[in-house]
Amino acid sequence: MSSMRSLTFDAIIIGGGGSGLRAALELAKSGKKTAVLSKVFPTRSHTVSAQGGITCAIASADPNDDWRWHMYDTVKGGDYITDQEAAEYMCSEGPKAVFELEHMGLPFSRFDNGRIYQRPFGGQSKDFGKGGQAARTCAAADRTGHALLHTLYQNNLKNNTTFLNEWYAVDLVKNANGDVVGCISMDIETGEVVHVKAKATVLATGGAGRIYASTTNALINTGDGIGMALRAGFPMQDMEMWQFHPTGIHGAGVLVTEGCRGEGGYLINKDGERFMERYAPNAKDLAGRDVVARSMVMEMFEGRGCGENGDHVYLKLDHLGEDVLGKRLPGIVELSKTFAQVDPAKEPIPVVPTCHYMMGGIPTNVHGQAITQDADGNDKLVNGLFACGEAACVSVHGANRLGGNSLLDLVVFGRAAGMYIESALNDGVDYLAATDSDVEFAMSRINRWDESSGGESVPSLKAELQDVMQNAFGVFRQEDNMQEGVKKLADLRERINNAHLGDKSKAFNTARVEALELDNLMEVAEATAVSALERKESRGAHSRYDYPDRDDVNWLKHSLYFPVEKKLGKRDVNFTPKTVDTFEPKVRTY
Amino acid sequence: MSMLQVSVYRYNPETDSAPYMQEFQVDTQGRDLMVLNVLSMIKEQDSSMAYRRSCREGVCGSDGMNMNGKNGLACITPLSEVVKKGKLVLRPLPGLPVIRDLVVDMGVFYEQFERIQPYLQNDEPAPAIERLQSPEDRDKLDGLYECILCACCSTACPSFWWNPDKFVGPAGLLQAYRFLADSRDTATRERLADLEDPFSVFRCRGIMNCVAVCPKGLNPTRAIGKIREMLLANAT
Amino acid sequence: MVTNITNFGRSGLSDWLIQRVSAIILAVYTLFMVGFLLFNPGLDFDTWSGLFSQTWMRIFSLLAFVSIAAHAWIGLWTVTTDYLKPTGIRVAVQTIIILVIFVFLVWGVQVLWGA
Repeated sequence: MSSMRSLTFDAIIIGGGGSGLRAALELAKSGKKTAVLSKVFPTRSHTVSAQGGITCAIASADPNDDWRWHMYDTVKGGDYITDQEAAEYMCSEGPKAVFELEHMGLPFSRFDNGRIYQRPFGGQSKDFGKGGQAARTCAAADRTGHALLHTLYQNNLKNNTTFLNEWYAVDLVKNANGDVVGCISMDIETGEVVHVKAKATVLATGGAGRIYASTTNALINTGDGIGMALRAGFPMQDMEMWQFHPTGIHGAGVLVTEGCRGEGGYLINKDGERFMERYAPNAKDLAGRDVVARSMVMEMFEGRGCGENGDHVYLKLDHLGEDVLGKRLPGIVELSKTFAQVDPAKEPIPVVPTCHYMMGGIPTNVHGQAITQDADGNDKLVNGLFACGEAACVSVHGANRLGGNSLLDLVVFGRAAGMYIESALNDGVDYLAATDSDVEFAMSRINRWDESSGGESVPSLKAELQDVMQNAFGVFRQEDNMQEGVKKLADLRERINNAHLGDKSKAFNTARVEALELDNLMEVAEATAVSALERKESRGAHSRYDYPDRDDVNWLKHSLYFPVEKKLGKRDVNFTPKTVDTFEPKVRTY
Repeated sequence: MSMLQVSVYRYNPETDSAPYMQEFQVDTQGRDLMVLNVLSMIKEQDSSMAYRRSCREGVCGSDGMNMNGKNGLACITPLSEVVKKGKLVLRPLPGLPVIRDLVVDMGVFYEQFERIQPYLQNDEPAPAIERLQSPEDRDKLDGLYECILCACCSTACPSFWWNPDKFVGPAGLLQAYRFLADSRDTATRERLADLEDPFSVFRCRGIMNCVAVCPKGLNPTRAIGKIREMLLANAT
Repeated sequence: MVTNITNFGRSGLSDWLIQRVSAIILAVYTLFMVGFLLFNPGLDFDTWSGLFSQTWMRIFSLLAFVSIAAHAWIGLWTVTTDYLKPTGIRVAVQTIIILVIFVFLVWGVQVLWGA
């Protein structure tokens, strides 16, 4: 492959969303030769769609707020398979990271005293669940993700970060020792395939909500990093844990922030009843997202859904008044007018639980270093590979993420990965270079597509995959359904391996990008399916009719999916935070 | 069957010596789809069709294009808003070089954005917590920070068409004012000094195409007026 | 900062301000002239030259001439920078415009004070 151009960096960050840009900023400031490689211009990344805010105990709404309370909520919210050391790190480092964002210029909304505005979100409490609802989510109206992503991009410009915009990472390159030493990528504009060499490769590629037919996720959320890591043989953690956001706009899938309920909105069924009072008497509409989503589905199953087909419920906001809506939720007003043809100041918004977030991902430690297991089941670090953001599973979200914790995850662990890589590079990193055959191996997938001469088309296969996932691995799951789903996926994999790329042109060939993305969706779907089928309990977002209870004896564990064997293993959850006592598993009620 | 006739600008640099318009028939089944949905149906007919898209909800700014003569975001523009006489004409954003089909080279647009130093500058040491800002001062950023860099405004602006290398354009100027208006930014003087030449700001002729097309309902012309006021106050 | 040496005030701000102030002066001058003509329906040469023999009118007229010169230069300079992209042609056209404006201005002064 001597004809292929190569680029060499100290660190390559794949993905230009919140976590990638935060890691890049840290490395750009350190003067390391870093580049961000992103398949879209960075401000088009999915972080931009985050609405409600970034949850963090900055003690603004409540001067006595404590990060330990936030940590307790996070651990409980994750149904106790949250790694407590990671949650401790995120919640205690969080305020520093949020203040940094403010200093960078993020236009947070404000309280009268000039401090950052915080609103209540689901699953938040004071005093370890004993002090009632907390207001801990720092917000820039309902456009926090947009404000955050643009602020990070702006500060990367300020610090002269190198960007490879509209470049698509195809596959990881491993050397003979199994260390990750870069990736194969494609400049989308020219179609040129380039070997990017790096001492540190950071997967900050975000989620993969597009494995489901109905999702709040952007069209670009195809799990590219997960696919790359799985194809390179690395395991995935807790892939059965998919969050279904209670309030996606019915039909369109567009997200309506939990902040709506934080500001006082609530859900009603066809009888106009505020049904969450029955399911979560204390927290009501601000219970964990998994709890609210399940309650909504129950209402619909029992015939109390709204509309002709009873297939949604309503989110009522009109009682908040136009002032609050205009000031605190202007984006929601816009979105519901566009996608639901409803003015929330006058009518309720039709909503339905919609795939929103992947709690699972590449297992990492708090420094973003990717983890695999050795033959004896002990953790083993993967040299050269890092992950942060939604693509990673640190795991601070466990079996169910709390609202507002994803943005905090991005900046805290993006920053942490950047800091660690800087110090590792300073200490000196030297991995064996990849040989031509190593590179050739990483090229095999893109070559397969480019040589394809017949077979099914990408869009129809993608639609079929999304339907399988939607039907068999949704809010509620059961054995026979999932078995069927796994079978269908096996068949789909075969067909995708023989699918056809009709357009083989070079310049801005989006058909090629979509074909490469389909492979990644397939990898993520399969990891999800096997993990969901094997976890025989109900925990957090993973709810099974056939195993309705949590099983702490067998499953107070992370699941670990091994792609080569397509088998599910287990990994211990961390219960040893450094500065606080362990939060022991309890029955989770809201 | 309810067929929509769609005429799309096509150009592939590898095979076409010149751009041309291609006709497609799309069965909308009478639904009031978004233009982006129609494009993805076209892509199923012809996988070589190239366009950008990401969030599909009007916040990422990827799919700015010219629909029946007016710039906007395909993902939040319903057919009922643009289709005339059963026909939809899609072209790339005007004034920028075309890479392929509806994909334009936004390089010069981004360069103008970078030129205004689009980041907060504050030379005072940062406090241990956030910098305080009153709600009234924060309100001054509303209508400014929401820009999604879709380029609908700048590519609808004749002044930007004639001088894309010298006139910052409405999008960049909206962001310039976003930082001028921020009570936390201390580089006002330097920012203004960088804008007082005859091109950067003053090529705005108040045509207001930017205001007419902004998919987020923002008003760059007003921001430009505010910059002029600040320049005047600063220099007289 | 876009540097430019051929515009009027070397600054976009002063050009912009001069354009507006000169426009106001020209508007006032025009209104005055229209009013004068309306109030003197049977205008003869004596009345006309009588008006221009007064010093204040000469100053007012000179102000208007200078305004029209500045206004025209700024406006035409803008048009040439918008539409004439080849530098040689643009500089040539700008030179001609400047010469014409200069000639008209000097000629105007001569008419006002020469009689």
